[in-house]
Amino acid sequence: MATRQGSLKIVDVQRIKSRGALSVTESRILIMRKFIPVVISIAVANPTLYLIAAGLGVGKLINHHSGGVDGVKYLTFLAPALLATAAIQTAMDETVFTTIQGFKWGKVFYAMNATPLSGRQIANGVFLSAFLRTAFSTVIYGVIIDLFGGFSSQRGWLAVLVGLLAGSAFGALMLGISAWIRNDDQFFNILGRFIMMPLFLFSGTFYQLSTLPIYLRWVGWASPIWHATELGRYMTYGHHISFVMFIVHFGYLFAMLSFGLWLAYREFEKRLGE
Amino acid sequence: MDKSEILIEANQLVKRYGDFTAVDGINFQVRKGESFGFLGPNGAGKSTTMRIIAATLTRTSGGITILGKDPEKFGPEIKAHLGVVPQTDNLDQALTVEENLYIYGRYFGLPKKFIKPKIEELLDFAQLTDKRSVKVDALSGGMKRRLTIARALISEPEILMLDEPTTGLDPQARHILWDRLFRLKEQGVTLLITTHYMDEAEQLCDRLMVMDKGSIMAEDSPAGLIKTYSTKEVVEVRFGSDRNAVVAPQLQELVERIEVLPDRILMYADDGEALLHSLSQKGLHPLTSLVRRSSLEDVFLRLTGRSLIE
Repeated sequence: MATRQGSLKIVDVQRIKSRGALSVTESRILIMRKFIPVVISIAVANPTLYLIAAGLGVGKLINHHSGGVDGVKYLTFLAPALLATAAIQTAMDETVFTTIQGFKWGKVFYAMNATPLSGRQIANGVFLSAFLRTAFSTVIYGVIIDLFGGFSSQRGWLAVLVGLLAGSAFGALMLGISAWIRNDDQFFNILGRFIMMPLFLFSGTFYQLSTLPIYLRWVGWASPIWHATELGRYMTYGHHISFVMFIVHFGYLFAMLSFGLWLAYREFEKRLGE
Repeated sequence: MDKSEILIEANQLVKRYGDFTAVDGINFQVRKGESFGFLGPNGAGKSTTMRIIAATLTRTSGGITILGKDPEKFGPEIKAHLGVVPQTDNLDQALTVEENLYIYGRYFGLPKKFIKPKIEELLDFAQLTDKRSVKVDALSGGMKRRLTIARALISEPEILMLDEPTTGLDPQARHILWDRLFRLKEQGVTLLITTHYMDEAEQLCDRLMVMDKGSIMAEDSPAGLIKTYSTKEVVEVRFGSDRNAVVAPQLQELVERIEVLPDRILMYADDGEALLHSLSQKGLHPLTSLVRRSSLEDVFLRLTGRSLIE
């Protein structure tokens, strides 16, 4: 081998302390690049299918019979909910699989932790990569909604930002929970069937939450999709919400984001040090 | 000992998990440029000690410094100078050989212009140049191990830590790996190795710490340990599993020390051939007999009353 310079000369610990998380994100992007056709197909195919089926098919029926929902055409009403759902789904995929892979299946987090990277930095790096992928998918979703005529004005893009906030909040929570659970045998089944599906169906996605019987509305109240959808509808076409509820919706999403990151930092550090 | 030459120093180091004591008040020092080994069976506390040194596990009590620093206060600063080869490979399965080296360099915050030529050097060192674009899961066990070692060298560490480096490898792959580790030793890299293979310990380590149940049983060079705790030669005799125990008292009369194992009896002597001759003069004719040099296995047996690999 060539003459060594030695780690004392070449490794800059201060730089790692301030920017180390970015190297974890870089590793995730390196992997995502290999699956770029899949990432793009999912990002494009999902919204296209949904918009054709729900937006145009069901929408046509609703628009024809009642002239739309909430004073706007059905696709405009639906758009913020679809964006929030897509953002949440992408953020969940990227955080849950990566975290369980990192701790259990491939143990790559332990390899990262053998370098100067801390558990908190690894969590931040995974979170940032999930955020970037979610932003990528959500923007594509926004473009397709726009092409379908789903945004009544340029304000429609605000729903993309709110969707991204909801995705980040739920992604952070999933990051923390995936690091916290030790036995993931049934985790994916539970997550897909008993969490994602009800959240999608009962969050005022296809109709206003007030349409549901009172005993089912709590699903929406707990769901980041509902909070993001209400905000998105308010911002994009002026759906009525009170100032208090405006604060509650934002507060809920920020609280979920903060709690998720707090749990993730705690569990990443704890698990790597066990 | 010159204080500046000491890279690692442990003082009454203890690690407990509830009631279980994994490391029980051990003391040791590792000097710059030496190849230091922890020898002991599974569960001896070797890997726990390694993880404390690697700043990924906190101690219960006692003191330890690595490069003069406490790992609980200066984790990243210490880890910046370590290359860690864990017991189980944790390469990134989704990446190629080359990408694994690249991204590990990035975890150390190294610039791309440093990493690129370093990758060529390490691929050559690990004899993986022609596998550079292959995904990790397509590599053999030996190749994965070499890649893990190459990966640990990307940051030119002061100390290379290898936890059971050749467990699960076939003899040929082990010898290739030993050869690579020898080269590092020649370059002055400090090696810290845990193993339960006595031949590996003899081959690679300048100095050894024999561990059992969290404690240090002895510490010296491999030759020094053999000299202190065993005889020059060992005669292995088999009388059949039923008779071994029956003849053991007679054998005991001929030498200072014997070890009765389930399948054979070990007799410790400086002249094995002469001992065999005495056996036959006594009318004792084993089914098989073998004279060999003493090994670290004999040292371990002497120190703990148990075999290394059980």
